[in-house]
Amino acid sequence: MLDVKHLRKVYSGHGRTVEAIGDLTFHVAAGEFVTVVGPSGCGKTTLLRCIAGLLPATAGEIRVDGRPVSGPPPGLAVVFQEYGRSLFPWLRVADNVALPLRRRKLSTVERRKRVHDALAAVGLHDSLEAFPWQLSGGMQQRVAIARAVAYEPRVLLMDEPFAAVDAQTRADLEDLVRDVWRQLRITMVFVTHDIDEAVYLGQRVVMLSRSPTHVLDELTVDLPDERDQLGTRSDPGFSKLRARVYSQIRAAKAPVDLGKTAS
Amino acid sequence: MTILRRTALVFGLPSVLFAAWWVFSAGSVDFYRPPLSSILAAFAETWFGSRIRDDVLPSLLRLAAGYSLALVLGIGLGVLIGLSPRLRIAVEPVLEFLRAIPPPVLVPILILFAGIGDLMKVLVVVSGCVWPILLNTVEGVRAIDPVLADTCKAYGIRGADRLRHLVLRSASPQIVTGARQALSVGIILMVISEMFAASSGLGFTVVQFQRGFQIPEMWSGVLLLGLLGVLLSGLFRLVERRVLAWYHGQR
Repeated sequence: MLDVKHLRKVYSGHGRTVEAIGDLTFHVAAGEFVTVVGPSGCGKTTLLRCIAGLLPATAGEIRVDGRPVSGPPPGLAVVFQEYGRSLFPWLRVADNVALPLRRRKLSTVERRKRVHDALAAVGLHDSLEAFPWQLSGGMQQRVAIARAVAYEPRVLLMDEPFAAVDAQTRADLEDLVRDVWRQLRITMVFVTHDIDEAVYLGQRVVMLSRSPTHVLDELTVDLPDERDQLGTRSDPGFSKLRARVYSQIRAAKAPVDLGKTAS
Repeated sequence: MTILRRTALVFGLPSVLFAAWWVFSAGSVDFYRPPLSSILAAFAETWFGSRIRDDVLPSLLRLAAGYSLALVLGIGLGVLIGLSPRLRIAVEPVLEFLRAIPPPVLVPILILFAGIGDLMKVLVVVSGCVWPILLNTVEGVRAIDPVLADTCKAYGIRGADRLRHLVLRSASPQIVTGARQALSVGIILMVISEMFAASSGLGFTVVQFQRGFQIPEMWSGVLLLGLLGVLLSGLFRLVERRVLAWYHGQR
């Protein structure tokens, strides 16, 4: 479904070249929930922007559904970290969700139903008429998720979507994302720096090295599909997985000398 | 703030100034500085008659035509220039040159090309109003949030949808700022264009009164222009409140 082969990304400009991604290869099967975790500044966002076709790769290849990515692939939706800036402040919540559907050949009734269902799925059925800035941060990110859901993508990319919300909201949103995935069975790539979140959410965790990035290790999360914040997180299996990811990431960070941390 | 308080604040200073003018000019025998009472008497006589149709309305129509044309041109060109960095580099020096020319010096030139009719006067208004709108639109379009632009790209929001829902709306606070500046420039140029080669209009009438030593009438024309300015900026604020409701609500 999603194939990343020998991806390399070098930023150059202002007399400086930065190798953000060295050589990345991994595969995501259709309907799989993969979380990508790595130390901060390891090029996670760069990877995601390359997959979304928002950034050209320097070398290597990305295929979505067998087709090489050269621009934003159809059937792919993105939820950005900066929820406050990815929603249109001049559009009401319902219109924000409806805007990407304008190009689809849908009747007004169908479109309205989709928007309504998506917002209901994230628990915002009574905020259709609100403007995004009238909502809390967590609710805004729910709107962004609803927009992605209404788009009915085959692949959903999420770029540290909960990095800027408080811990309780974050737990709720994690469960929401799990629910959405279990209902729709779409392919999910969820990027995060939070090890617990990566293990809690994913079926598989891809661990990245620091920049220039390559895949350190992949780990299958052999926890049951039915997860909940209290039970799963106190499960010994969860702790074991968490410890494995943690030690890998720490080992990856170790040789960094201070002041030379990659950005 | 209660409505009563607000009203008192809004009308407080104007009332004080008005009263001061009234009191200090009351005993004036200076021919060029008549008492406010006689200016007001002249005001009613001068403007509440056929002059509304013959002078005030033509002035306002020229202003409206020039201002609307400047909006269309300024926003249209501004969006094009703002979206294309190459085009911007190419036209920036020319724009700076043209912008630096004071529009009143264009009046004699425009008379040569466009005659002395309404067209010339409308063009004078356009030549001044277009710059603040154009330059602000360029800046507004350049400042589109990259995350929002990425969102559009990722969701395939392109073409007319992108222009309408991303570009114009993102730039709208800046466009409104430019349009507000252009409005006051427009009123000034409306008057100036009528001071040259005209047979009607507010600027023309004020100059006529001055030449005919009808001093209270001349002053009443100045007063009317000021009042029109207040009225138009009030209208502008009403439109702005609608267009930028999201923007003001956000902060």
